[in-house]
Amino acid sequence: MSNASTNTSKKTDEVAIQLNGVHKWYGQFHVLKNINLNVQRGERIVICGPSGSGKSTLIRCINRLEEHQQGDIIVDNIELTGNLKNIDAIRREVGMCFQHFNLFPHLSVLENCTLAPIWVRKMPKKEAEEIAMHYLERVKIPDQAAKFPGQLSGGQQQRVAIARSLCMNPRIMLFDEPTSALDPEMIAEVLDTMIELAETGMTMLCVTHEMGFARKVADRVIFMDGGEIIEQNEPEEFFNNPQSERTQKFLSQILAH
Amino acid sequence: MSAETAQNARGSGGASLFSDQRFRSLFFQALVIGLLGAFLVFIVYNTAHNIEKRGIQTGFAFLDAAAGYDIAISPFMEYTATHTHGRVFLVGLFNTLLVSFLGIIAATFLGVFLGVLRLSPNWLVSRIVYCYVEFTRNVPLLLQILLWYAIFLALPAVKQSITMFNDIIILNKRGLIVPEPLPGDGFMLVPVALVLALFASIFFARWAKKTQAATGKIYPVFMTNTAMIIGLPLLAFAVTGFPLDFAYAELKGFNFKGGVVIKPEFTALWFALSLYTAAFISETVRAGIQSVSHGQTEASEALGLRPSWTMRLIILPQALRVIIPPMTSQYLNLTKNSSLAVAIGYPDIVQSFGGVTLNQTGQAIEVIFITMLVYLTISLLISGFMNWYNNRVSLVER
Amino acid sequence: MSVTEQQYAPGEHPDLPPPLGEAGLIAWFKKRLFSSVGNTILTLVAVFFLYHVLSAIIFWTLTGATFTGETKADCDLGGACWLVIGDRFHQFMYGLYPTDQYWRPNLTFILMVVAIVPVLFDNIPHRGKFLLFSAIFPFIAFYLLSGGWGLETVDTDEWGGLLLTLVLGVTGIVASLPIGIVLALGRRSNMPIVRTLCVCFIEFIRGVPLITILFMASNMLPLFLPEGVNFDKLLRALIGVALFSSAYMAEVIRGGLQAIPKGQYEGADAMGLSYWQSMRLIILPQALRIVIPGIVNTFIGLYKDTTLVSIIGLFDLIGIGLVAVADVKWRGLAPETYAFIALLFFISCFAMSRYSLWLENKLHTGHKR
Repeated sequence: MSNASTNTSKKTDEVAIQLNGVHKWYGQFHVLKNINLNVQRGERIVICGPSGSGKSTLIRCINRLEEHQQGDIIVDNIELTGNLKNIDAIRREVGMCFQHFNLFPHLSVLENCTLAPIWVRKMPKKEAEEIAMHYLERVKIPDQAAKFPGQLSGGQQQRVAIARSLCMNPRIMLFDEPTSALDPEMIAEVLDTMIELAETGMTMLCVTHEMGFARKVADRVIFMDGGEIIEQNEPEEFFNNPQSERTQKFLSQILAH
Repeated sequence: MSAETAQNARGSGGASLFSDQRFRSLFFQALVIGLLGAFLVFIVYNTAHNIEKRGIQTGFAFLDAAAGYDIAISPFMEYTATHTHGRVFLVGLFNTLLVSFLGIIAATFLGVFLGVLRLSPNWLVSRIVYCYVEFTRNVPLLLQILLWYAIFLALPAVKQSITMFNDIIILNKRGLIVPEPLPGDGFMLVPVALVLALFASIFFARWAKKTQAATGKIYPVFMTNTAMIIGLPLLAFAVTGFPLDFAYAELKGFNFKGGVVIKPEFTALWFALSLYTAAFISETVRAGIQSVSHGQTEASEALGLRPSWTMRLIILPQALRVIIPPMTSQYLNLTKNSSLAVAIGYPDIVQSFGGVTLNQTGQAIEVIFITMLVYLTISLLISGFMNWYNNRVSLVER
Repeated sequence: MSVTEQQYAPGEHPDLPPPLGEAGLIAWFKKRLFSSVGNTILTLVAVFFLYHVLSAIIFWTLTGATFTGETKADCDLGGACWLVIGDRFHQFMYGLYPTDQYWRPNLTFILMVVAIVPVLFDNIPHRGKFLLFSAIFPFIAFYLLSGGWGLETVDTDEWGGLLLTLVLGVTGIVASLPIGIVLALGRRSNMPIVRTLCVCFIEFIRGVPLITILFMASNMLPLFLPEGVNFDKLLRALIGVALFSSAYMAEVIRGGLQAIPKGQYEGADAMGLSYWQSMRLIILPQALRIVIPGIVNTFIGLYKDTTLVSIIGLFDLIGIGLVAVADVKWRGLAPETYAFIALLFFISCFAMSRYSLWLENKLHTGHKR
């Protein structure tokens, strides 16, 4: 049953992301409470927790889709402040996949992938297309390059979204519930892609409820509730021996069926 | 197939013919045609009778008869009272097209501007635009036309004209008087330069796109082209030694002589149409931009695209699909609404041809028929364009 | 960040209020008005603009305006001269309706409110009975306003002002709904002749301006009628307005018909209902429900468009306004007159558009559930 053997950690000692005492409020609502988290380069982290626990907000703060109000977030030695240059620099290094893919419907799959390299990395079109095709091959849909997102299945769309992020050659990837909008048979193909990505040594932060995936690839599983990190541990330990009562309850609910 | 045979069998089997679906449909349509035909015969008979009794002429001969009345505004062709009703038609048509065209341009610029302001993160600005839009949309256009006309007529009389910029622009109740441009030798170079600049900017845009594809270098196309389109004609103008004179208006006796007089009827109609339609267009623009989901912006930002690129590459192409169809119908509305010119005496087609000519000749049927035909043609042309555009955009889409 | 964070056990961190300036009024001001240099400049420009416009409006309409007096000479404060409104207020409301009969339009108006409320709101008690009243209201109103059978007859030439505007608007909507439904069904019918006729009619009406239709109604209609039959001016205008609005109504209703899922049509067929039964019992109730906001919006447009009848010589609000403006006694008071009429229209149209928006939201949430 143990999948730990496949877990070939590429974790290093270098710090990729550092969160110190991060707080965030939506109006009067306290969403993130004193979050302290260090992510090593090459580390794969899975964040889980009940809905409304602040896990999506947490990773959206890392590339500044949400603004935090207290504490420090340091990504790749760049501190996230209101400074637009810093935000640009961080977004260039951090890729993100969304729950609803957010592909650009008016652009073809290939154009979706080449857009950012051309405009942000100022890459010649041909080079950008070569890179895009390379990553589309890696997510196993090079034959769909000329199609439009609306013509693809959900699983294919999410794989395009992953390829699109990879084209920017990011050092860190964020996944915001990448499989929760998918039909069961499509979840596997996306997870396979993510596992392959994990094996390349990419630093990954995934918000997901796919516990099998967590066991297989995560270096660390984080459980959040009520805007706090309640518990974090290596997957084996986390699943087999959860410390807090809330974690136990959550795991029993999610693994019940 | 089997159901059909079954039904036929039953139909021929003696049951009422009326239960046969096809027969019933045919019968019903025949009935409609019959009723419509009877109605038409009734109307045509009455009309023929009434026309004969009232001694109204028929046919289109009146188009060649002298109109016998003056039209105050005819910027495109000579017109005097001795010209024919046919000429009146043309003058009216051009006046309709003129005010519609200028109205569409003004309404588009203002509407897009207001729509963008409405989406401004600045609460105060967005609220001001909201109030403007709500107020303009909820007051009848006719009232707005009358109000603007009253305002322009309430301007001072000729003797007390408001003058601006050292008597160059004169404003009084008879209209807005601006200097008449008198192009001198070599002025032709300016429009030539403009055309050249337009071609050059198209060329530059293509070249920049190609170069970006080849080397990745991004050029400021918009800024360069704007500078070129404005700068080149100016340069030509300066090189030829500013060959443009103006005939300024001068007060002679009771009125101004010289210059171009823009009548208050035109200005009032143009203002009212543009401001009214701009309110609707701004809502269209706002709705179009908001129709692009926030996820698109987030994805674009997460990829590191700057806000201005996100707007240009992601949001606008998607928003335009939503904006263009209602925008065209706003243009159509503006053109149809320009017929309210009749209320303040701007000689568009409805006021001059559909109004005065109708009353003089009494040939209501012909005149109204022609007038309606004009609007129908414009409508068909504009909706034809819209269909073409929609097809094109959806082809790019899929 | 020098403040040391108090440590809590995991899961025990309380909800804290956001730091000062990050939420509440101050944050709102910071975010919505002064978030950047550009935004601050925009705010200042807006405040400057607002100050000037508002102070000019307040001066003209209130502080510098004249409310009491007899003649135009009394208006010497520099602002608006509202005396013209007071002088002609009755005309603005009733036109030339006989003074001693004002109770009839007043009563009609009250009954109209009673008739409209159950149509607008579906949560009032005994709605069914009230709706029955709404259905017969147009006949009561016609009797009350025009007279006969014991009431003094009032010629439609004497109707005017707000009264006439309401008559035109209400008749327009009441007539255009059934015609619009028939046209919309016709346009979706699979009988080619019926469909073609409906399409031609709808597209023709929508392709020409209302004023040409009114010209047609006032100039051509008399020619179409047999000798001796004469429609009065109001009836002719009403026919024009009804034709015009029914074409637009048809398109709104067609939108609703198209939004009904195919399964509903199939379900009705499968139950063995005839065409008219399935339309009446299954399709139309749903389709009309969806398009009520659209109908209200069409009505707002129609209500504003009724002002065009002033061009063919009826004395609706604008027609009365034109008379008032032409009055030598009140010469030059056009802005006041038009502003007053604009206010009347704004209040009613804005209220209707708010209602339509409210309905839309209600329908939306109903759909989600």
